[in-house]
Amino acid sequence: MQLLYFAWVRERIGVGGEEVDPPEAVVNIADLMCWLSQRSPGHAAAFAEPERLRAAIDQSFVPLDTALGDAKEVAIFPPVTGG
Amino acid sequence: MINVSVQPAPIDLASELAAVEIKGAGGIATFIGTVRGDDGVTGLTLEHYPGMTEGALIGLAEDAFVRWGLLGVTIIHRVGEMAPGDHIVFIGTAAAHRKEALESCAYLIDRLKTDAPFWKQETRGGEAAWVEAKASDEVAAQRWS
Repeated sequence: MQLLYFAWVRERIGVGGEEVDPPEAVVNIADLMCWLSQRSPGHAAAFAEPERLRAAIDQSFVPLDTALGDAKEVAIFPPVTGG
Repeated sequence: MINVSVQPAPIDLASELAAVEIKGAGGIATFIGTVRGDDGVTGLTLEHYPGMTEGALIGLAEDAFVRWGLLGVTIIHRVGEMAPGDHIVFIGTAAAHRKEALESCAYLIDRLKTDAPFWKQETRGGEAAWVEAKASDEVAAQRWS
């Protein structure tokens, strides 16, 4: 699946996105963040406080306990601040 | 008529206002958000989620169009680098009467703040800091549900 990162999540990880193939045990977005945290110190720093993060699956906002299902695009970012 | 744009270019207020002046509209309401220069802010950078942003704004515009029976709605949001005083967002609503125009305009800016994937980064001198979301914005958005 394609991952996208925005704002300080992107800065901490060092890239705006990456393609990953998580194992079966990774069921929801919270699981995905735990799994990604092992990839680098930057990932671990980005996902250290899940309560400060929001997510979207295929361009719709979803809670972090949402199952990934057959998601093509998953985005992880801080709460939005437009307007 | 629904008109949505996410753009790095400055917002041309005169032409956007003219475009939302639909024939037959008894009332047109507008909201213009600007970059505040208070607290030592020297610059603002707006990041967004291309594709999802446009989809979210079109969805909000369509909701308002149906809920208030609008004749026209425009949402223009700037992205990229801005300076204090620059216009970040323009919302225009045209309706048969003022109540629908004013209420839908307030709805759109309240909901845009929580439902569209934009992120602000403020610069003070050489220091950049991401803006934290405000709980009051969440409360303002919820009053419309």
